[in-house]
Amino acid sequence: MKKYTKDFLISLYTTMYKIRNFEEQAIKLYRDGLIRGYFHPYLGEEAIATGVCAAMDSHDYITSTHRGHGHCLAWGADLKRMFSEVLGRENGYCKGLGGSMHIADYTKNNLGANGIVGSGVPIAVGAALGISIRNEKHMVSTFISDGGSGIGSFLEGLNLASAWKLPVLFVIENNQYAVSTPIEESTGETELYKRGIGFGVESIRIDGNDVIEVYKTAKSFADRCKNGQGPFLMECITFRKSGHHVNDPGLYLPKEKLEHFKLHDPLIIGKKHLTSSAGLSEAEISEIEKQAMAEIMEAIDFAVKSPEMSEEKFLKFVEEY
Amino acid sequence: MVKDVLIEKREIMYRDALNEALKEEMARDDKVFIMGEGIAQRGGSYKVTVGLLEQFGKKRVFDTPISENGFTGAGIGAALTGMRPVVEILFIDFTMLILDQLINQAAKFRFMSGDTASVPLVLRTQGGVGNGLAAQHSQSLEALFYHIPGLKVVMPSTPYDAKGLLKAAIRCDDPVIFIEHKLLYMNKGEVPGGEYIIPLGQADIKRTGTDLTIIAWSGMVPKVMQAAEILAKEGISAEVVDPRSLVPLDKMTIINSVKKTEHVLIVQEAARRGGVGSDISSIIQEEAFDYIDSPVKILGGLNTPCPFNLNLEKVVIPQVEDIIRAAKEVIYAV
Repeated sequence: MKKYTKDFLISLYTTMYKIRNFEEQAIKLYRDGLIRGYFHPYLGEEAIATGVCAAMDSHDYITSTHRGHGHCLAWGADLKRMFSEVLGRENGYCKGLGGSMHIADYTKNNLGANGIVGSGVPIAVGAALGISIRNEKHMVSTFISDGGSGIGSFLEGLNLASAWKLPVLFVIENNQYAVSTPIEESTGETELYKRGIGFGVESIRIDGNDVIEVYKTAKSFADRCKNGQGPFLMECITFRKSGHHVNDPGLYLPKEKLEHFKLHDPLIIGKKHLTSSAGLSEAEISEIEKQAMAEIMEAIDFAVKSPEMSEEKFLKFVEEY
Repeated sequence: MVKDVLIEKREIMYRDALNEALKEEMARDDKVFIMGEGIAQRGGSYKVTVGLLEQFGKKRVFDTPISENGFTGAGIGAALTGMRPVVEILFIDFTMLILDQLINQAAKFRFMSGDTASVPLVLRTQGGVGNGLAAQHSQSLEALFYHIPGLKVVMPSTPYDAKGLLKAAIRCDDPVIFIEHKLLYMNKGEVPGGEYIIPLGQADIKRTGTDLTIIAWSGMVPKVMQAAEILAKEGISAEVVDPRSLVPLDKMTIINSVKKTEHVLIVQEAARRGGVGSDISSIIQEEAFDYIDSPVKILGGLNTPCPFNLNLEKVVIPQVEDIIRAAKEVIYAV
């Protein structure tokens, strides 16, 4: 394995740890009635967003999904503004008007989560089209799920990016379930990376729970995108550790798969990289976790005390509509 | 007098006016680019984009696969990231393939982002009955888009309006659906040589009158103008108001005209049920009820798909004689 710096490995682990705990704390807030509406946790899939975003730079773009908190955090979102948004507060990323399914930070090239499965894909292709027209050397990663891999928006986006040779990295997060329907019932071709090949796009299937494998693959594809060789597709095998959304207990998830992925967990694998490659002790890792947790609790405190947009302000905002 | 000398007087076709608007805006702003089916080499089915590929190159003028949802989404993504795309959808009927991108995405981004994003996208398309194009290529669907908060809807009826409004649409920071009419492309009208812009949300009084206000847009305007000529000969003075953009809607010009004439006829090519005419009518009743002398009448298309047969095609949308008859009904309240 290529040698990665200690700091780099720590940053990957910290990001995954923050995503995991952002979701778990948010679920508590949801149970307490502080978060309303739909909330789709990224639990169990943390390595994908973390590895892909680490392979990109701040001039690049991402589009996310309805299960999007992980992508935003991996892209560098501020925890305070993230919690504020899912709580519907005015200092959230979208002033509380977007919420969990629409968090975005356009000032930092995060083109947002999306409430419609697959619809972020053509938008990502358009961001890449702009890059191409402006002759820039940037790229776009678009996240999609196995459930989204059969929808027209994804397939059309794949074809357009291929036809126009755009710098797009398609990232299929294959968590094996579309809401409650297993992938075997959704398609006749469950090796989803082959969809890319069918459109003339170089594609690969990898272990999506190993952050280093994700990073390595994404880095190579991102760099090649910037050299005008895109698009590319990577299918990341993963597993949703919970139901589709916070009110879905996920009773249909098979026990043996849950057991397998309990051990094959992105954080456990990430921790192994920290101890084996970076030589960190358990105590050092605990310290990292403690600090991350403190940041999360501080962000929650900030968000819970934050104001909501007033009716007057809202009505002023929508006057032009 | 001086003004007349400076501004060249000339008549050009609707399609050429649109072409000029695209050329001028693309020359002014290199963020403007155009894409659609057969718009580059071929110059578009209605010759609106002729010469643009030669002038601006294939990076900014290019054909798309037949993939409306995909390339509209691509336009939105480009718009979100600083470009000003003009996307062409060949027939308004095909916009049914892009409703998610247009309605769930483009129309929502400014709002959902708490005003941190904008989608300066122009979606050019054309609608209305042609000559025997049948049910899937003849629709007038503006009411669908009119209903959606976050979209602007523009429907020019003359070459002059087409040019000035398209330029305004391209400069607008929000998504605009710019609906042309397939039977207007070859119509000629006066278009001055110099640059001009028509702000969205400004109706135009196409003909002044005192007895009756006829409100119409897009392909119905030339028919209404013909009807108004004939009515004039019979002693009925019709004022013709063309809103030009339905969203934003210039309520004030409409209401002022209604207050003056006290009689209203709204003519729409779209099916009568649930059309924009119904909404304009309700606005008039709310804001000028005390001024109107007879019920507001809406003359719309029949509530049916468009037949292929040419004689029957005429039956489903308002004709000049229908407009004259409806105008008299309003005036004489029969």
